[in-house]
Amino acid sequence: MTAVTAGTAGSAGTAGGAGTIGAADAAAVEAAAHEAVFDAAVAADERIEPRDWMPEAYRASLVRQIAQHAHSEIIGMQPEANWITRAPSLRRKAILMAKVQDEAGHGLYLYSAAETLGTSRDELLDKLHSGRQKYSSIFNYPTLTWADVGAIGWLVDGAAITNQVPLCRCSYGPYARAMVRVCKEESFHQRQGYEALLALSNGTEAQHAMAQDAVNRWWWPSLMMFGPPDDESTHTAQAMAWKIKRHSNDELRQRFVDIAAPQADALGLTLPDPDLRWNEERGHYDFGPIDWTEFWDVLKGNGPCNDQRLSKRRQAHEDGAWVREAAAAHAEKHTGGNNGKAQA
Amino acid sequence: MSTPDTSGSATAAVPVGAALALADDALVLSHRLGEWAGSAPVLEEEVALANIALDLLGQARVLLSLVGDEDELAYLREERSFRNVQLVEQPNGDFAHTIARQLYFSTYQHLLYARLASGDGPFAGLAAKAVKEVAYHRDHAEHWTLRLGDGTPESHERMSRACEALWRYTGELFQPVEGLDVDHAALESAWLESVADVLGRATLAVPSGPRTGAWSAGAGRQGLHTEPFGRMLAEMQHLHRSHPGASW
Ligand SMILES: [Fe+2]
Ligand SMILES: [Fe+2]
Repeated sequence: MTAVTAGTAGSAGTAGGAGTIGAADAAAVEAAAHEAVFDAAVAADERIEPRDWMPEAYRASLVRQIAQHAHSEIIGMQPEANWITRAPSLRRKAILMAKVQDEAGHGLYLYSAAETLGTSRDELLDKLHSGRQKYSSIFNYPTLTWADVGAIGWLVDGAAITNQVPLCRCSYGPYARAMVRVCKEESFHQRQGYEALLALSNGTEAQHAMAQDAVNRWWWPSLMMFGPPDDESTHTAQAMAWKIKRHSNDELRQRFVDIAAPQADALGLTLPDPDLRWNEERGHYDFGPIDWTEFWDVLKGNGPCNDQRLSKRRQAHEDGAWVREAAAAHAEKHTGGNNGKAQA
Repeated sequence: MSTPDTSGSATAAVPVGAALALADDALVLSHRLGEWAGSAPVLEEEVALANIALDLLGQARVLLSLVGDEDELAYLREERSFRNVQLVEQPNGDFAHTIARQLYFSTYQHLLYARLASGDGPFAGLAAKAVKEVAYHRDHAEHWTLRLGDGTPESHERMSRACEALWRYTGELFQPVEGLDVDHAALESAWLESVADVLGRATLAVPSGPRTGAWSAGAGRQGLHTEPFGRMLAEMQHLHRSHPGASW
């Protein structure tokens, strides 16, 4: 307090110091009390809500994860949008357009969830565009044929569901609720992908070959979507303690393989892994080693489409700048401001 | 296959030329809007443009199915057999061009479908459902015309240019179509009034140039299209045509 220190220069150090220590003690006691409430809520499987106290590291970890997830949704539109204008039937075209639209919607839910933690969409987009935040590496692979659209739905959305269903029970309320909506739509995406591949597999020879080729290319990258093996994963332990994450990368990967392997049989397609076989003893499918060199390489930016995806995203954002400015200026003129955002 | 048989008695209740005109307008505009996926100026517009594209595609599928197999008609007709107006095939351009195209077309489609819905012709059922969707499309275009026209100097300039550039394709909307039982002259004056009102509120001038030209006067409805349309169809039809007889 200034009143105390004024004119008492000699003892100011001591008095001020004592005051600071007292305040720090009080703050520490209060923080400890908050932390205890938070820990108890997490332990009791209660939801943490935006206005609740939370450790800064918990908040930062959530923002990082939700942002990466949101970015993946919007970058993930690109490989599939690549086929909208070439979809081979009107029915498939409608399904694909609806799916890509859903991914935009997922991006919206997730950026909103991040906003409840005090981080704006603009700030997060900025970090995406400048390469300071990542998106899922799976979208750095190209969609070379129509069958890739089916393979993405079946495998990539399938892997996403395996990852995301447990997130519906995530300790942070807004994220968990966003995931409930997202997962409903993802299961539609997975089904349509499976069904598109089935039509190809049962179609002409050329169509069957197209489907097999796509599965050959997408299988291993899909397994990498679960992240590095547990002993190399830096974030897993803390995220599990906070109940942001419920299962380890390797557990989820195994769960996915166990679901996908019999589905591949039903599709009449082969998964490109000679070591893949049912292990009666473990009650799981065994599968071959993953090429983690490729994973780290793509993550570092050396995937086939890293530059292309990010450039296209930046370009769209830059091209849209004048539109967003116009919307903000118009809102300013007509509603006195505070709503520069475009209407949904 | 080529243009469906217009003399057949099986589809006597549905005038084929009119069905194709309505269907192709919706199909082609839906395709153009689909090209925006992943490139919209804000995330909300990814959702909105896809919504409109999906509505239009739905309308096109119903209409095409009235007169034949939807995929044969969409993927196996040649350019000269398409009956859409040239307005809807125009490239997306910048967001202002897309919005101007939406304003012109959805205002027309809304007025047309409202009239068809109130009659008892072969398109009354479809129009009654579609008119609600199209009301949203028109609203969306109107809101963006206001924002862009009355936004920043740059957006005003871009929107003016777009409105001018597409103006010459608007006359064709009101060429009589055989089998469409509406008063096209009345439709046109209602359209002019509505568009002028929106442009006025958006501080934009109503373009002064001609609304038809030597080539654009009713040409699309006769199967005469602009250069970009051939490329659009090449992209749209390529995969389907590469696998004759395959099902997807
Ligand atoms: Fe998604
Ligand atoms: Fe998805």
